[in-house]
Amino acid sequence: MIEIRNVVKKYGNKTVLDNVSTVINRGEITSFIGPNGAGKSTLLSIVSRLIPKNSGEIIIDGTLLENWDKNQLARKVSTLRQSNHLNIKLRVRELVSFGRFPYSNGHLTKEDEMYIDEALDYLKLRDIQDMYLDQLSGGQRQRAFIAMVMAQNTDYILLDEPLNNLDIKHSVEIMKILRKLVDDLGKTIAIVIHDINFASCYSDHIVALKDGKIVDEGGISRIIHKNLLGEIYDMEFSIADVNNMKLCVYF
Amino acid sequence: MVRKKSIYFLAVSAMALILLFVFWGLSGSNWGYFLSLRVPKVLALVVTGVAIAFSTLLFQTLTNNRILTPSLLGLDSLYILIQTLVVFILGSTSLVLVNNKINFFISVGLMLIFSTLLFKGLFKRETSNIMFFLLFGLILGTFFQSLTTFMQMMMDPNEFLHVQDRMFASFNHVNTEILLIAIIVISALILYSIKYFKLWDVLSLGREHAINLGVDYHKTIRNMVLIVSILVSVSTALVGPITFLGLLVVNLAREFLKTFEHKYIFIGSALISIVALVGGQLLIERILNFGTPISVVINLIGGIYFLYLLLKENVA
Repeated sequence: MIEIRNVVKKYGNKTVLDNVSTVINRGEITSFIGPNGAGKSTLLSIVSRLIPKNSGEIIIDGTLLENWDKNQLARKVSTLRQSNHLNIKLRVRELVSFGRFPYSNGHLTKEDEMYIDEALDYLKLRDIQDMYLDQLSGGQRQRAFIAMVMAQNTDYILLDEPLNNLDIKHSVEIMKILRKLVDDLGKTIAIVIHDINFASCYSDHIVALKDGKIVDEGGISRIIHKNLLGEIYDMEFSIADVNNMKLCVYF
Repeated sequence: MVRKKSIYFLAVSAMALILLFVFWGLSGSNWGYFLSLRVPKVLALVVTGVAIAFSTLLFQTLTNNRILTPSLLGLDSLYILIQTLVVFILGSTSLVLVNNKINFFISVGLMLIFSTLLFKGLFKRETSNIMFFLLFGLILGTFFQSLTTFMQMMMDPNEFLHVQDRMFASFNHVNTEILLIAIIVISALILYSIKYFKLWDVLSLGREHAINLGVDYHKTIRNMVLIVSILVSVSTALVGPITFLGLLVVNLAREFLKTFEHKYIFIGSALISIVALVGGQLLIERILNFGTPISVVINLIGGIYFLYLLLKENVA
């Protein structure tokens, strides 16, 4: 369980996160939604120790984030950001191998190779494992990065807009993989996501943010609600029930 | 396989050039004299070559940018400023300028103090913004250059010649005592660094991936800046400013070896560096008859390659 307690983040005088508290439960997909500038990505970056917070506490499995050993934490929580531009030329398999660094420090063992193979198979990358990343399509590249995170084999996976720049086919593919990671392997996943319909169809728990505050959180039926979404996005919403899924129509 | 072959080829070329440099034109009557000149010189070429290749490689990893060189830290500008200041204030006959050992220690000491202060002052744990740190180094470097030019303008032309001597890298009068110290320092640094090569591989993925994979980013960057500063200071104080060579050799090694691993790029770029320096020195000594300093030749080739790199990155 990841507990976020009274987290405050300021850039100069501007408060980006204002006393945010919530919990990321084990074995669930938790989605963070909200308009641009709501503080979703900032919150995720703070939990994944990429940026410092002004005050508050992050507690991962009962231990304060600051007290975790960096290497142990890398075996517990993995993160993927929205832009994954690399300055080096890398093959798919080499990238995925980096996921084993917290365990092997770069000297891959048989066990490491096993995890790498497993991740490559899981994301259907076996055929292209020797291709360079810059030769791949956006969807393949995103899958390669997710494979790296999977090889890292952490209980918690934090993803910042994993569907960024992907078409609907690849978006669905990625979300199904994430769902499988949670249902089959018992992982815990937190994502920042812009498409509320994807959030509605694939998450267990949704946290809605606006202006650095949590407006509401809960299950699908509670959050995917016309009044609440209307309040967050300042738009008219209508919600349709299709095949037991709640879809938002806002066009 | 291709990688091994390339490295093997480079190693053979480097060795051949070194042997050629040492033994070309030796005869029974002159070998004693020539060897006493050539052996220190070739050692200086090798140790500087390795230092420059290594410092540039590390610098490119820590900035995550393959068209930068450690000269951005402002260390070579500081070196010329120190030399100019010494001549300006104490005169060209002062002990600090004439005694190479004193000059070496003062220069290295000041350069290390400068980069440590710069890093401590600007690279805060909270923000970890390497670009801000570099920008400040760049501005200070320009400031040093302006100060230097200012003093050189006011200087007696005869005195200026002594400064000019130090402004370009030269292997023509290598001091053996300093050479020994430099070899020890640089070898020790490389031995110390070997265990970090894998860690630096991870760092070349960028800050966020490195942190995700459990790297202590701040500590690692601090170590790297320190290693780069020592390498640049020692090699600059040994032969003069020559950081441009690094850009050339590290990128050539990347092109040749097609790898991201520090282990291979380090060996490759060090060998290319030795080939370039020993070959360049051969060219200057035996063919151009000492007509130009080696850094002029290297900066010319380096400059052309740099333009090519920029144009290529622009197209891609």
